[in-house]
Amino acid sequence: MTPGPAFLGYPRADGKVGVRNHVLVVPTVICASVVAERIAAAIAPVGAALPHLAGCGQIGPDLTVTHETLAAYARHPNVGAVIVVALGCEQVVAQQIADVARQSGRPAHIVSIQGEGGTLRATARGIEIARDLAAAVDRIERAWCPASSLVLSVKCGGSDYTSGLASNPAVGRLADTIVDLGGAVVLGEIAEIMGAEHVLAARASTPAAGAQLLRVVNRVEAEAMALGVDIRGTQPSPGNIRGGLTTIEEKSLGATHKAGERTRLEDVVGYAAPITKRGLTVMDTPGLDVESVTGMVGGGAQLVVFTTGLGTPTGNPIAPVIKVTGNARTAQTMADNIDVDVSGILTAGEPFDAAARRLLSELLEVASGRPTAAERLGHREFAIHRRNPTI
Amino acid sequence: MTAAIVVSGEDNVATALEPIEAGQMVRAGAAQLTAIDAIPRGHKIALRDIAAGAVVVKYGSPIGTASSPIAAGAHVHTHNCASARGRGDLHASRQPPDIIPQ
Repeated sequence: MTPGPAFLGYPRADGKVGVRNHVLVVPTVICASVVAERIAAAIAPVGAALPHLAGCGQIGPDLTVTHETLAAYARHPNVGAVIVVALGCEQVVAQQIADVARQSGRPAHIVSIQGEGGTLRATARGIEIARDLAAAVDRIERAWCPASSLVLSVKCGGSDYTSGLASNPAVGRLADTIVDLGGAVVLGEIAEIMGAEHVLAARASTPAAGAQLLRVVNRVEAEAMALGVDIRGTQPSPGNIRGGLTTIEEKSLGATHKAGERTRLEDVVGYAAPITKRGLTVMDTPGLDVESVTGMVGGGAQLVVFTTGLGTPTGNPIAPVIKVTGNARTAQTMADNIDVDVSGILTAGEPFDAAARRLLSELLEVASGRPTAAERLGHREFAIHRRNPTI
Repeated sequence: MTAAIVVSGEDNVATALEPIEAGQMVRAGAAQLTAIDAIPRGHKIALRDIAAGAVVVKYGSPIGTASSPIAAGAHVHTHNCASARGRGDLHASRQPPDIIPQ
């Protein structure tokens, strides 16, 4: 048993630690998504498919992001083995994704729909392989691992006034603790840093990291403004505005609290790019919840702590997503979807630090295998960020 | 008396934790004031007069500018507080992309 907070995880050959042990079924292209989902369903819940909408008709950065995101999941610590399902004529190369998995010490197989001779044969062949891999990963045992091996994604969605006043500051204290223990925290959603970038830049550990953050925020703002419309159509969202959030600045200032009160900004990385630094990393993801979570998990986050005021169901195919609300009504009306209720911060004077200790305890339990609400409900949302239109 | 939360000492707005009716007394941090508008739960009340064009402050940072004069006790939201960010409608750097209308 390691001294300090620890959890029962899966130590991997590449030195990383998983909190889940999935057989990942990766379609290279949208045309292979249904076959991939059927293969994964045959070995539920250990099977996890990544159905997506691309893999062909893509050029330039857009193709690169799709390929790199799929490859990132194939070497993710929460994955024990990989099946790549190809159609046979697409751009994303099955062999390269299988090679990434093998180089990280994971068994990987390729099933080609054109090669096997159709949907039925490919599905049957895939299920046969999947059953063998499920038996193989089942032999991998959990072992005590230190909290320093955690990469925690922090996320908010369906925000209201309670997000910035209760759940995000509580999660921020948790982020501070994870970094104190030697772990890493990743924050995405550049549009929701707009208006609060000065807070994070002031905590940059190097001038380069601070300058990079400001560059990325300015780029996203310029991209939005280039469309010639008011960003208020989406930021804040109509639900955010009904919930009391007036401007993107207000939303951002509340949102960035979840990245910690004193964590140092160490790095700014591209979408689904590896998170290599301890401390806080900002990832260049859009504000759409599922695309953002997909990218941060691709970067290596094993767990997501997701605050919500209005309530939202989002999960992920391979990473547990822990839902936290500071809204007492949402904790009741959307009880199915909520893991931790911190509404006592506003209604009963619960100190932020006490809420953060409850969150750490929940985090370690979930890391050790307890399913989250999203996992129990089968929420496996996955969406790769698109950089360019389909050609 | 209904309570509203003040996050930072520099803030000129507070957040209502319960719905507030116009004319009701509100306790906001150390201060007390009378609401002059109804304030829905989770929405903001001005702690002091804010001139048109002045900065609205919450979390100790600007969250927008007053688009009209805001009196102490008034509801502060999209009708009188405007974002300074991402306003492509005001400062478009180029024409919208040329796509076939749907």
